[in-house]
Amino acid sequence: MQTQTEAPAMESLSFSKVTRRYRRVTALDGVDLSVRRDEVLAVVGPSGCGKSTLLELMAGLQEPDEGTVSVGGATSASERRAACAYMPQRDLLLPWRDALSNAALALECEGVPRSEARRRAEPLFERFGLSEFEHARPAELSGGMRQRVAFLRTLLPGRQVLLLDEPFGALDSITRASMQRWLADALAQDPRTVLLVTHDVEEAVFLADRVAVLSPRPGHVVAEIEVDLPRPRDVTGAGFGAVKRRALEALGL
Amino acid sequence: MRYALATVLLALFVLAWQGVATLHSVDDLTLASPVETFEALRDDWSLLKDNAGVTLVEVVLGLAISTVAGVSFAVGMHLFRPLRDAAYPLLVGSQAIPVVVLAPIFVLAFDYGIGPKLAIVALICFFPITVNLLDGLRSVEPELLKLMRSMGASRLRTLRSVELPASLPFLFSGLKVAATVSVIGAVFGEWAGADEGLGRLVLLGNNQLQTPRVYAGIVLLTLMAVGLFALVALAERFACPWNRKEQPA
Repeated sequence: MQTQTEAPAMESLSFSKVTRRYRRVTALDGVDLSVRRDEVLAVVGPSGCGKSTLLELMAGLQEPDEGTVSVGGATSASERRAACAYMPQRDLLLPWRDALSNAALALECEGVPRSEARRRAEPLFERFGLSEFEHARPAELSGGMRQRVAFLRTLLPGRQVLLLDEPFGALDSITRASMQRWLADALAQDPRTVLLVTHDVEEAVFLADRVAVLSPRPGHVVAEIEVDLPRPRDVTGAGFGAVKRRALEALGL
Repeated sequence: MRYALATVLLALFVLAWQGVATLHSVDDLTLASPVETFEALRDDWSLLKDNAGVTLVEVVLGLAISTVAGVSFAVGMHLFRPLRDAAYPLLVGSQAIPVVVLAPIFVLAFDYGIGPKLAIVALICFFPITVNLLDGLRSVEPELLKLMRSMGASRLRTLRSVELPASLPFLFSGLKVAATVSVIGAVFGEWAGADEGLGRLVLLGNNQLQTPRVYAGIVLLTLMAVGLFALVALAERFACPWNRKEQPA
């Protein structure tokens, strides 16, 4: 992908004995988890187990009550914010901007002038299947297209770490399946370190190199499953089914 | 269709007005009929026109002042929490001041010129503009603010790229209210003491028992308010085109 990639540092992510509480509720309780550089780690768990909290901690939007969160050795919230590209569940496109300017937003936040940011976003529209929709407002785009614009916005600043919070959760199942394929291709061409939160076990096994299973609240890691399957993955294959079954068992299903 | 219905209702209203005005039990000094009002509009046109011009200037300048002040104040209160906490009660209180009482004091303070009229129009219009814009600035979803923070946006960047555009429809709602009440403000200002203006002409007409001229003045004041409202609505269509279409969920 024609995005700028920052100097390759030790970009591995780690949570070390991380606990996070909200008033009386303990969301995360002693989470130990790490992601290697260019690895895709999927986190699955029942709803309310603190999956999104995990992402926001890594993104530097929250601080743990106990333990440390680090990105390539950096532990301060501002360093984590600078190293990670965070993508929330909803596309959150700005309705008054066209697709191109929406994609350019993250670059603008880094101080790139709007015209320059738009120029850098433009060549990627074709690769993302968005050509001819550069000047469409979000209201004129389908759900899948909106999500791709949101992906573009996330990828353009070229941050090595992607934090994805149920990126396809709001899409219908057909669009979701094609978007999962599309993301797998995009990551194959341009590897990044990815922490992907999802409640969809099949999505986790399809996209990830490793799947971490969280317990119900207070969340902690109950299993880490290597997904040692060739890519592109066949969701109907026997190997796929076996990994999926292990993940479901870890979830107690 | 929209306009047709509005026209029909307006015609019905004028007819009813004419009907009531021709009743014997209604004093001619209390109610001028639409026909008499129209005659006054025609015969006194140059007098009415000149005075309407004076009032229009007061209204437009007063609106401009309150818009600049209201926008600055709302943005300041939004960016600076202590200012909001401290000034909000005062802001609400300012709206409770009976302008009728205040107007003569303004005239004493600022003399007979345009000053007190602008002050009163601005005082009345300031509140709807400020409160609506403040609500708009605070209407941005927390998730979007979180996203902006994760992208490294500065406070000013978030204000410029997200909060201000998101609050534009709110600002226009405030401006619509302000546009209609601004005319009332100008009339109060002129009643408290003025040499010219439609409000002054209406007051004078009342004292001199020129009832048709009073009604002609009221009609012009109403048209002025409706016209300003329409202008704001038109400006909104151009400024927030995304707001017209229904957003898919």
